[in-house]
Formats: sequence, C-alpha cells, structure tokens
Amino acid sequence: MKVSGSEILIESLKKEGVKHIFGYPGGVVLNIFDYLYGDKDIKLFLTRHEQGATHAADGYARSTGHVGVALVTSGPGATNTVTGLATAAMDSIPIVVITGQVATSLIGNDAFQEADIVGITRPCTKYNYLVKDVHDLAYIVKEAFYIASSGRPGPVVIDLPKDVTAVQAKFNWPEKIDVRSYNPTMEGNRWMIEKAARKIEKSRKPIIIAGGGVIGSGASPELLELAEFTRIPVTTTLMGIGGFPSTHALSLGMPGMHGTYYANMSIQDSDLIIAVGMRFDDRVTGKLDAFAPNAEIIHIDIDPTSIRKNVDVAIPIVGDCKKVLAVLNQVLKEGEMLQWAEIRKAWLKQIDEWKKLRPLSYTFDENVIKPQYVVERLYALTGGDAIITTEVGQNQMWAAQFFKYDKPRTFLSSGGLGTMGYGFPAAIGAQVAHPDKTVIDIAGDGSIQMNIQELATAVLYELPVKVAILNNQYLGMVRQWQELFYGERYSHSHLKGVPDFVKVAEAYGAVGLRATKPSEVDAVIKEALKIKKTVFMDFVIDWKEKVYPMVPAGAPIDQMLFEEAPKKEDKKLKAVK
Amino acid sequence: MRHTISVLVENKFGVLSRVAGLFSGRGYNIESLSVGETLDPKISAMTIVTTGEEQVIEQITKQLNKLIDVIKVQDLFEVDHVEREMVLMKVSPRQEHKAEVLRLAEIFRGRVVDSSPKTYTIEITGDEKKLEAFIELMKPMGVKEFVRSGKIAIAREMSKNK
Ligand SMILES: Cc1ncc(C[n+]2csc(CCOP(=O)(O)OP(=O)(O)O)c2C)c(N)n1
Ligand SMILES: [Mg+2]
Repeated sequence: MKVSGSEILIESLKKEGVKHIFGYPGGVVLNIFDYLYGDKDIKLFLTRHEQGATHAADGYARSTGHVGVALVTSGPGATNTVTGLATAAMDSIPIVVITGQVATSLIGNDAFQEADIVGITRPCTKYNYLVKDVHDLAYIVKEAFYIASSGRPGPVVIDLPKDVTAVQAKFNWPEKIDVRSYNPTMEGNRWMIEKAARKIEKSRKPIIIAGGGVIGSGASPELLELAEFTRIPVTTTLMGIGGFPSTHALSLGMPGMHGTYYANMSIQDSDLIIAVGMRFDDRVTGKLDAFAPNAEIIHIDIDPTSIRKNVDVAIPIVGDCKKVLAVLNQVLKEGEMLQWAEIRKAWLKQIDEWKKLRPLSYTFDENVIKPQYVVERLYALTGGDAIITTEVGQNQMWAAQFFKYDKPRTFLSSGGLGTMGYGFPAAIGAQVAHPDKTVIDIAGDGSIQMNIQELATAVLYELPVKVAILNNQYLGMVRQWQELFYGERYSHSHLKGVPDFVKVAEAYGAVGLRATKPSEVDAVIKEALKIKKTVFMDFVIDWKEKVYPMVPAGAPIDQMLFEEAPKKEDKKLKAVK
Repeated sequence: MRHTISVLVENKFGVLSRVAGLFSGRGYNIESLSVGETLDPKISAMTIVTTGEEQVIEQITKQLNKLIDVIKVQDLFEVDHVEREMVLMKVSPRQEHKAEVLRLAEIFRGRVVDSSPKTYTIEITGDEKKLEAFIELMKPMGVKEFVRSGKIAIAREMSKNK
C-alpha cells in the first residue's frame, strides 16, 4: 500500500517515539499539518515564533535526554530557526528540525518563500538533509535521529520539499541503519585509562572539571563514584551544572569568569586536572597562558576535536564519558589500596580555607531586592525540586551561582551561544516533557522581551511555567561591563520603556505578580508556586547590582574582582520604578 | 608547514561545500582542493593542500574526520606519496621564440594539445617544483594565460610512515 510523504514523515517520527512537536504552519508544510489534524499519538504545540519552537524542542531535549522536534515552513519559517539551531549546536543538544521547502521543480528559482536552508544551516547543524526522493524519507528520518542523539549530540535539519510530502510511496521503516562514515568512538582506550589512573594515584592536588558531556552521556553516577572514592573535588562548568550535586561537600561550584573563588584557586593550584566532557572554553580558562600553570591534564571527551584544541593534554581519552569513567573507576578500585582520605587531607583543607575566605556572597538589603536573594528564595521555597531555565546576562549567572542543582537536566541554559530569549521557550519545552514539575525561567527584563510572545503558547496549553524576571531596567551584563571597563559610559544599555510585565502577563491571560521590596519576595514566590497557571513574577531589583566574582576578559582566572564593601550612600538608592 | 591531505568522502550532493565551509568557517588556509570519483562511484577522493602550525593541522584532520560524510582522512605529510598537478598553458610566442617554446615543452615532457597560427596550448603534469620551474621559464615567451588543476596525491603502495 502506498501512502503520502507526509504520512511517511509522521509515522516515522512515531517510530522514533516522538509524542510532542513544536511547530508553526505555512504553505509548503500544509500537507504535513493536514496529516497531523486530529492525530492522537502526536501533539503539536503551536508556538508564536519559530525561534520559540526550536528553543522549546531544545528545552524538551535538555530536560529529558530525548530528541526534541520542531516543524516549520520554508523561507522565513526556516530562517527563524537558525538561532535555535546554533544554540543547540554550541551546547551539543539533540534536536531534529523539519523545515518545509518549495517543490523540487522550483528549487533554485527564487520561488516564493524559498531559502537555501541546507546552505544556511550547514555551519550550525551537526548534519542536514534535503529530501529529494520520497523513497529516502523514512531512512533519512531514522538516520537524522541517530546522528542527532549519538556521539557528540547536535541539531539535525531535514528540509522537505512540498511535492515530496504529497507524492505516494510505500512506507518501509528501516529497522537498522549503518552510516559507514560515522562511527563515534564510545569506548575509551584502556591503556590510556590505566595511565590516567596511575596519574590520579600520584597526584596530590587533583581537581575534576565536569562539563555538559557528563549530562549528555548520563555519567553523573560514575562521576560521583570517582569523586567520592578518590576524594577529588569537582567544579562544574555552566553546561555541567547538575552533573555533580552542588550541595556535595566536594562540590566547588562553577569555575571561570563568574566562577567561585575556590574553584578558580583550586584549578590554578592543582597538579592534575581531570576534564570530563568539557572543552576549555575561554569563559572557563581565562588567559590561556596562565591557566593552571602546574597542572597536567587528563581530558575525556567523545569529540576528538575538543581535545588539544585550546590546551595541551597529557592524557587524551576519546570516548563516552559514562563508559570511560566506569572503566576508570574500576581500574582505580583494582589498583593499589590507597588511603585516599588521608592523601587528600591537606588539599581539601586548603580548599576549605579558600571556601571560608571568600564564599559566594552578596550584601542583603532590607529596602531593595537583591537578585541573589530572589534566587536563594526560589531555591528555598521549591526545596530545589525544580527545573530552572535561564536567559542570558546577569540573571543567568545569578541563577547558576545561587540556586543549587543536585540532579542533571535541571539547569537549562544557553552556554555556548549565550542566546537571550532562550529561557522562556526552553521552559515551555521542559514543562511539556514534565507536566508535573515546577519549571522556572530565571529571566532578565531584556531577554524575556526577546520571546515574550510565547506567553500565548504557555497559556493556551495550560503550561504552568513560572518566569522570575530579575527586573533591573537594564541590559545588566552590558551595563556591568560598561561600568567596570568603559568608564561608566552607559551606551544603549538602559532599557527605557520596559513594559509593565504584570499587565503583559494579564493581557495574555497569564498571572502577573510583582515584588518591589525584599519583604514581598516570599509571598510572590509562594503564590506563584501555588497557582497552576503560567505566572510572571516581576522582581524589581537593585539595578546597581553586579555579578561577582568576576575575572576580567583575558585575565588569568585567579585575578578576580569582588564586591566592594558596601558604601553608606548605596543603601539609600532605590530600584527604578 | 604545508600538508597535503587526502580525504575520502561519500559522493553526495553538498559534500564539497561541507568541506570548503569547514575551512572558511574556522579560518583554515586552503591552497588547493581537487575532487574526483574513485573506483567506487559512491566515493569521491579529495586532495587538499593546506598550511598551518602542527596544532592547526591536527585540528583540521580531526574536524574533517568529524564531518559525517567523511570516510577517511590521511595526512600525506606522514607517508611516502606521489603528488601530481596539471597546468594548461596558452602561449603566443614571437617567431624567434617558437622553437624554444616547443623545446621547453619537450624537456618538461609536456604536450601541445592545441595550436592555432599564433597560439600553442601546452599540457604539462608533474609535481609542484617542476610546474613552477616550467612556468618561470615560459613567462618571457609570451604566456597569455594558464590554469592549474590543483594537486592530487596518493600514498605509495609500499609506503612507510616517515
Ligand atoms: C540575542 C542576544 N543579543 C545580544 C546579546 C548580548 N547580551 C548579553 S547579556 C545582555 C543583557 C541582557 O539583559 P537582561 O536580559 O535584562 O539581563 P540582565 O543582565 O539585566 O540580567 C546582552 C544584550 C545576547 N547575549 N544575545
Ligand atoms: Mg536586565
């Protein structure tokens, strides 16, 4: 029996276990949308912008580990997904974006709503396809999901011309596929792992830097085992947050530009770095020449290009973090019986002193809301049992610093690309995947306006997403740099004309709450958590607050700026509004 | 350092732009690139000549390997190999140079593949040094234009790692 290309597409998605799609219709995908009409197995969430759909698919993927799916039309619909694709590519997130395309006979003619999306998205996808023959479609869908989710995951685009969605063919679902040119290395080299174990046994001041690869490969249990067995402290990069419990005694929080004093000091003083699923981004290393001057590096990553890209590595181990760590743990346990606790005593004592000397801190104020206080209260009042997404800027850093994450896939943030507008649609995606969980987007007043239209999506599908806007009336992170490094010349960072977020929320049929004083913060959060609806919480915060510690761009990571002792006159300043 | 890299790829639409895009997107040098089918028509062979520090070359080979359509990458710098390139050159020599042009073509084992009353078209293959030498010698003889194929290369059968 022959069926249409649209049917082959959707039935293939079902074979891949897809239950939710985020999408937006248009001319060339009408056949597909028509086939979806009334379909009981797949629910399509109509976002209000294709960027929103792509980030929602991303949030779905990050919060579950399963491939997120978006479906959009050709031309402008497809180009609107580019930011979402680049965001997912930078953070290695498995999504499949299906874009409509003009009919094959028209391709190349500058037809209405034609865009060369395979060309446009080539550098921001792991792979992409233009389906020219309906007989290839089922295989391509299967391969796309396989490529998106295996090895170092990433976004895949399937560009589907309109005629291919209409033409009839037999639906042959391939049970197996084989991509001869694509064979990610999963098992680490045993000899290298043994060398790594010997190095770990000899090291006196080791540190683990864990990145997004730990979460992507589900290596948290193995990481915890390694850290606890060998008593090695762990710092998690922005992408690694949740990969190791932040409340654990061995946790050092985040390293790098806005990392903790003790994480950065420990890295700089270490004699051995065990880098797991991270890629030595410049936000982590600061000035490269001055990074960890005494440390040898063991680098475990599934992607060989991440290794020796930025730093020299003594022991490279290409492989899946989970598998490599499992073997490493086994080798260590079979190795020499060592008194790990005893060996580590001096090092952990030193780190403890750093922790005591400069803990993460801020100065509470009774009159004006400090953003860090809001994040702390969110943590306290949710008991940490929430999925947090973030926007980008100061809000993102405070969310990383002052909430505690004990489980993987509970902190979703655009790390590599730093995409403002990511957090809210990503929260929608996470909420779709976890209907009963508390999902909170910790947002800035600037970023939330980049995809604020998704309020309609959240309200329409009764998604009780909470948005905590840290409203400083500024592009705060830009302002911070201008204050510190540009002689307080605040060029175009003041967001004059920030809307009344309570009214905006209400206009969309959501709930809007506001706190202007610290004493109101708890009541607002409690109310928001109680309401089973989409809620905007507008926290009018101290616009002068900066993110500390801070390593100026290009400086070594142990040269950090800290909050100055509060001056008297600062106390009197009220937040704008 | 200059490296000649041989890359086997799936003979699929768009592969060339994936490879070229990798070089431009990451700011790698590309001196020449040539592509052609292999014994297996589903596979194409590319020869890429590039320059860079050791670490850059390492990244280039790793990044090439990472492309989904790339089957095999071999940095020929590390192995004995044969390299060839072709030049097609049009020369319009003055009367007194005609004999010299033909003589040079013969010395360099070139062939005249087309001629008109005023112009010879000469085909010549060889390694880079030979071609450069030929071009230099011909320049005073009235070279009108030439095109170069870009290098192709293959590892020697009994090749030992250098
Ligand atoms: C799409 C996009 N455009 C521009 C930037 C540059 N940028 C980084 S942080 C920031 C300010 C964000 O302001 P807001 O959302 O209010 O957050 P705050 O820093 O005030 O918490 C800007 C403009 C970006 N990261 N993303
Ligand atoms: Mg702001």
